Amino acid sequence: MFLINCPFCGEREQSEFKAGGEAHIVRPKQPTELSDDEWAEYLFMRKNIKGIQFERWNHVHGCRKWFNMVRDTSNDQIKAVYKMGEKPPVK
Amino acid sequence: MTNNLRFKTSKFIDETYRVSFKFNNKTYFGFKGDTLASALLANGIHLVGRSFKYHRPRGIMTSGSEEPNAIIQLHDNSSRTEPNVRATEVEIYEGLVASSQNCWPSVNFDIGGINNLLSPILPAGFYYKTFMWPASFWEKYEYFIRKSAGLGKSPKVADPDIYEHKYIHCDVLVIGAGISGIMAAKMAAKNGFKTLLVDEKSYLGGSSIYDNSEFSKINNQITSSWLEKEINEISKLENLEIKIRTSVAAFHEYNFLLARENLTDHLPINQRENKVRQRLLKIRAKKVITATGSIERPLIFDNNDRPGILLSSAIKKYIDLYGVACGENNILFTNNDTAYETAMSLIQRGIKINAIIDNREQIDSKISYEVEKNNIEIYKGYTVVDTCGYRRINKISIMKLSKDGQTVTGDKTKLNCDCLGVSGGWTPAVHLFTQSGGKLKFREEDQVFIPNVYPSDQISVGSCNGDFGLEEIISNTLSSIKKFLDIDNSEYKTVETISGLNQSKRNIWLLPSDKSIGKTKSFVDYQNDATAKDIKLALREGFRSIEHVKRYTTTGMGTDQGKLGNMHALGIISETAGTKMGEHGTTTFRPPYTPLTFGTIVGRNVGEFFDIFRRTPIHDWHVANNAEFENVGQWKRAWYYPKDNENMHQAVQRESKAARDSAGILDASTLGKIDIQGTDASEFLNRVYTNAWSKLAVGKCRYGLMLNEDGMVYDDGVTTRLGENHYIMTTTTGGAANVLGKLEDYLQTEWPELDVYLSSVTDHYATISVCGPNSKKIVSKVIPDLDLSDEKFPHMSFKNAKIDNIKCRVMRISFTGEHSYEINIQANFGKSVWEKCMEAGKDFNITPYGTETMHLLRAEKGFIIVGQDTDATLTPIDLQMDWIVSKKKYDFIGKRSLYRSDTIREDRKQLVGLLTENPEEVLEEGAQIVADIKKSPIEMLGHVTSSYYSPNLKKSIALGVVKGGKNMLGQKLIIPMENKNINVTVADPVFLDKEGERLNAKL
Repeated sequence: MFLINCPFCGEREQSEFKAGGEAHIVRPKQPTELSDDEWAEYLFMRKNIKGIQFERWNHVHGCRKWFNMVRDTSNDQIKAVYKMGEKPPVK
Repeated sequence: MTNNLRFKTSKFIDETYRVSFKFNNKTYFGFKGDTLASALLANGIHLVGRSFKYHRPRGIMTSGSEEPNAIIQLHDNSSRTEPNVRATEVEIYEGLVASSQNCWPSVNFDIGGINNLLSPILPAGFYYKTFMWPASFWEKYEYFIRKSAGLGKSPKVADPDIYEHKYIHCDVLVIGAGISGIMAAKMAAKNGFKTLLVDEKSYLGGSSIYDNSEFSKINNQITSSWLEKEINEISKLENLEIKIRTSVAAFHEYNFLLARENLTDHLPINQRENKVRQRLLKIRAKKVITATGSIERPLIFDNNDRPGILLSSAIKKYIDLYGVACGENNILFTNNDTAYETAMSLIQRGIKINAIIDNREQIDSKISYEVEKNNIEIYKGYTVVDTCGYRRINKISIMKLSKDGQTVTGDKTKLNCDCLGVSGGWTPAVHLFTQSGGKLKFREEDQVFIPNVYPSDQISVGSCNGDFGLEEIISNTLSSIKKFLDIDNSEYKTVETISGLNQSKRNIWLLPSDKSIGKTKSFVDYQNDATAKDIKLALREGFRSIEHVKRYTTTGMGTDQGKLGNMHALGIISETAGTKMGEHGTTTFRPPYTPLTFGTIVGRNVGEFFDIFRRTPIHDWHVANNAEFENVGQWKRAWYYPKDNENMHQAVQRESKAARDSAGILDASTLGKIDIQGTDASEFLNRVYTNAWSKLAVGKCRYGLMLNEDGMVYDDGVTTRLGENHYIMTTTTGGAANVLGKLEDYLQTEWPELDVYLSSVTDHYATISVCGPNSKKIVSKVIPDLDLSDEKFPHMSFKNAKIDNIKCRVMRISFTGEHSYEINIQANFGKSVWEKCMEAGKDFNITPYGTETMHLLRAEKGFIIVGQDTDATLTPIDLQMDWIVSKKKYDFIGKRSLYRSDTIREDRKQLVGLLTENPEEVLEEGAQIVADIKKSPIEMLGHVTSSYYSPNLKKSIALGVVKGGKNMLGQKLIIPMENKNINVTVADPVFLDKEGERLNAKL
């Protein structure tokens, strides 16, 4: 079980959090202008990387805030956590 | 007790405290401090069980948690009965009852033993190969296979014991209290680290605590004496917590570990009352020091599984710790020096050693010379090729090994014995290390896997790190711990060691025999009866990966998880396939290290604590009025209120009729309620619902449908505009938390610019819904000050009101199609207002109804229930709810998906009404809907989602989803059931009062 450093609350058990999929996927501002393929790209296509992955997490049983996490999926090392809207601190 | 097997000199056994116990219905005696295994051995009993597949007689093989054979059923036929318990770990207590498993009628005479004779036709994969044809027979085979397989019996009644979970946070966790663990714990604790030391045994010190040999000394003291002083010292340290009988089960990432602490299993039953039996410790450690030691390897030769064959180290422990001799005519068989330590212990007690068989040609150590001095014959460069004795070993055959160790030469010599100790060297116990994600490396010179890459802040010390010599163990432990904890003071000035052992070893994974391999039974996994022959067969059949070989042969898949034989399986694979060790992978060690009881896993979460129950503020009234309850999410909702022995159908028919004929009352408190405030609240609702919200006037209510971004219906409910920037949203009972989460997600991540705040107020209000033609009269009695006229209070509007000075919100909204009011009041007044409504409705036969009647009433009106009529594959268009999808709005969640190529297909499943040909016939929910039953295979068009008998329409009604159903109005379809086909006609989903006359009737 991970120990996650919530950017608002500090270190907490993973059981307090919920994973929310890939991060930095922006909802299109004008969905109606998109073709089926472009919309499907936003809607369905997600990376499943072995290695460094950018993810959304929610401190659902804590402050209820969403934030981003950089995690190495090959060894579950959490490289960084940062607030929504912020740029990832690592590449 | 057989007196000549017990030596009353052990300080670990309390000889003044005699303990009686029963094994296989016979009473025996042991002493306090004995394990069941040591007590049985003291009574001359080796045969304790039968093997899994061939039902071969098996004896006690080890002295610890790695035991594969001596697994027994504890507490026969009582509620505490427990299968697969290792006799080597059970501390005896007065009244203990245990018996052998996997044998019938008895362990001495087992019918299943015939499998041993049939073994030539029972190779690896036998079941897979044999019971495949014909496939349809599997169900018949399965019954017999399951009956004959399996080990112990599971209990038939609830576990009476108490279990609990506990969190522990520490700076340093030390796993294993052997010599390295004790030193590590002392160094950590004395340097200010909050330290926890755990060990699975009932005593501290590991195997060194009974090492009284002159051949291993520390600072010129016998090892055990030196260690005793150390233990004495650390037990006084303040920031060191020591837990014995505590086995670490799992080592997860981020130094999160689970351990099982045994609290009462060693006590007599009558002393366990009201005590916690086992505790699951959830440990989060900043640093972890693994000092789990090593497990002695057996040797793989023909018939290496007979009762009386034990690990050499186990024989030593039974003598030195328990004062029990395993046999009177011993032979030791080894490839390394540790067996000579066992020999010395035997010699010191005057127990006869007939011979020592050593694989090695050259033996050069002080301890071996000392053994030779005692006139014990050592067969150097020899191997055991066979053993005899059915229920107990009585003879072995030995032959000379060839130079390369691959064959045997010369004559066969037979030697008598009643106990054979085997030692194939040591395997570091790296199980926990690999569980944590650690990577191993293979050390060629002594053929062991040792920790290489640590995935977290942890270190392995002692023999689990591949340090086997006393001097290595101590000096490496000291230096690694100093570095690991970053401390200057090791607490140890100089530690000088003397050891008479040499680390040389002649490792041969599968010992050669004069017989062909097909004729041998050289067991690699004792518990699962996997032999070297089976592993070779698997390789011949094309399996290469160790994970595949493991599953095919079941090597390492027993309750012991192959603690003894896994290395040999790997060795035999690499030898046979001509590859390097580890190239085909090492097997994955999975938690738990030793089996956990279910009780420990669930802890206190049993019975009423299994899950959280949410009760409405009116719950007690429902209970007092005979309600049956239904679980909706975590809520307990009143389902129906049977009167005078009514069954559910009768009650629901009565309730439904009353609600339409006069008045019904429903506890709707469980509906999710979200308070929405902020200057952008209207804009926010516009984006999350499919319909338009900007023009909703203050004081008005509107039904809304919420989609997922993929266009599928997610939730629905009525939202009321309480003020300019203030709304209250209701959600489905089950969807409340998810809806709030979803809304928060959009607010925080997609639209942070919106000024909107969300709060869950589900639990803050009680919601009472009064419906029916007399609802107006009843509510006007409860709230006389409120003007209920249609002009002042029309359908879909809201009013603030007061009941006895308590503020409440009243909405005129309806889920039944009847004129109805919803009173929302502070939760703690809910029950009293409900009672007021009941009192006011007395003259109108006000009838409380539950969820079942609510479902029936709404189905008559064709109102959907999200999650019952929908399943995340239906769009509003599929539900024939086009009217609620705004054409004008530029965007809302899911809008773009409503005209994807897939969502505009005409032949999607669509919601329709279904009427049965026979109006009395009620369909089964979930039943399939087809058009043509002659076609093969029959095309499934959809299924029934809701179905009831409507007392108001006096006929059966149903809702269902059907492919292309929208255009099938009036068409005949078939519901094929097990023994009949039901004819139905597709109908409009609104069965009652389509025009809404009841809703708008002047009352």
